[in-house]
Amino acid sequence: MKLLTHNMLTSHVKGVTKGYPLLIKATEVKVNEVDFNPKFVCRMIPKLEWSALVQAADQLGHREDLPGELVPDYEKNEDFLRKVHRVLLEVEVIEGCLQCPESGREFPISRGIPNMLLNEDEA
Amino acid sequence: MAASGSKSCLQYLFHLAHDHLDFRLPSPFWCLDCLSEEDVCTVMARSVSLGLWTNTQENGDPYMQKGSSYRINVYTFNKTLLFEDRIKKIDAMDYLPFEGNVSLKNPQHIFCLLEDYGTDPNNIPEHPNYIYFGRWIADGQRELIRSYSVKNRHFIGNTSMDAGLSFIMANHAMAKDSDLVFDPFVGTGSLLVACSHFGAYVCGTDIDYNTIHGKGRSSRKNQKWRGPDENIRANLRQYGKEDMYVDVMVSDASKPVWRNTALFDAIITDPPYGIRESTRRTGSHKDTIKSPDGYAESHVPVSQAYHLSDIFTDLLSFSAHHLVLGGRLVYWLPVHKPEYCEEMVPLHPCLRLISNCEQTLSSHTSRRLITMEKIKEPEELDSLAHLSDPRFIPYQGHNAFRERYFSGLNKRSGRDDTKSDVSGK
Repeated sequence: MKLLTHNMLTSHVKGVTKGYPLLIKATEVKVNEVDFNPKFVCRMIPKLEWSALVQAADQLGHREDLPGELVPDYEKNEDFLRKVHRVLLEVEVIEGCLQCPESGREFPISRGIPNMLLNEDEA
Repeated sequence: MAASGSKSCLQYLFHLAHDHLDFRLPSPFWCLDCLSEEDVCTVMARSVSLGLWTNTQENGDPYMQKGSSYRINVYTFNKTLLFEDRIKKIDAMDYLPFEGNVSLKNPQHIFCLLEDYGTDPNNIPEHPNYIYFGRWIADGQRELIRSYSVKNRHFIGNTSMDAGLSFIMANHAMAKDSDLVFDPFVGTGSLLVACSHFGAYVCGTDIDYNTIHGKGRSSRKNQKWRGPDENIRANLRQYGKEDMYVDVMVSDASKPVWRNTALFDAIITDPPYGIRESTRRTGSHKDTIKSPDGYAESHVPVSQAYHLSDIFTDLLSFSAHHLVLGGRLVYWLPVHKPEYCEEMVPLHPCLRLISNCEQTLSSHTSRRLITMEKIKEPEELDSLAHLSDPRFIPYQGHNAFRERYFSGLNKRSGRDDTKSDVSGK
């Protein structure tokens, strides 16, 4: 699971009102190189919850000195875009789980793939 | 496509591939004015349904001058000519001022003579209805259908979409460089493979744990189990597009896990109709359920039938919320042909219908490729719009479509029906 995906995910356990962001408990994290595409990174940044991204990257030990606040005029700041690129697309959680911040429900991640299915009584 | 400025505008002939007929104009030849060669090449870089473009109206110079080399191809539609007759047709053109040398193997310029003998194979005219002559400009991407063939794909399933249709869907979705595309019923990822070819980043979900993880029985002949590394990521890697892979997840399309914001440039999917893949979602009809302790990674929740009407309601509503403005939803709608009318295509106040093309599956069934575009952000009332919409009735309540689908089949298929019924529950 990449942090881009994590940034877009929310808990959907029945009755939960604040299921975002999901807490990451990782036992294996990998960095896979991906071609840098500044256009894509620029298109994604406005869709991100910035603080959730920084927090998630920090939890995994890959914060890459990302600032707590989104910098202005990032479109022209290649150094910054490269850091965001790395955090969004290259850092991957291979094993571990995602935890709902409200209900504590855990969603397992195995071989890089989150399992978001709920049990029949939670749906 | 605006005609580009100072460049001369010529007439171009566009030759459409003779398959998926409902997806195109009735005649395989289509003349267009006011384009530039650049426009033509842009189209040809995307199209898998076009054969070639020729320019039918331009001054032969400089393509015919001394020192150049050329060849002439003869193509006839709805009639096969003998080799000698083709040569005769070429010889008959000797009044044209060709000054260059003929080169069959490596010509600088290729000229095409195209003859149109209509579209009725039982009534082929003696002489062609139309004759076109021009210089070949570019081929379409028909080659992709072969190079992306599912036969050579690393990881496939029972319902992998064939390469040609996948590319047509990616074109309808306008998947392009730096887009983010999502498939909520991803299966083995055929549609994502096509979108990634055009530079889109892709992600998908499926309720089937084994499919997403590439486990379980193989869909390939003579192979019982799926090998290691048979998964969607490996499929993208096979075509050099692993960089476009974002993520896949095991998730139930009826209970979306995405934060409520416009994320995707396109949503492209082939929902399960309950014919070859069962339709299901998590949940149970029982009142009291004993749930297992903890959340074992391997726990498979009880699933229940996911009715077609609910699939389409959910899909349209999900698209209204999660597409960017102007983003497209492209999906297949199964129909029972005797009952089909255009009013049956589901609508949503936030989505505008762009196109609706039929692919025939059998004498009484077909599926329609529906393309919609998001035109406004959803308001609170919009989520209830479908409840009063009569369009959902044919798909409502029970799996009526499925029953009708099998109703006209013979005994042998009838047995298949009961079999799939068992596995489908």
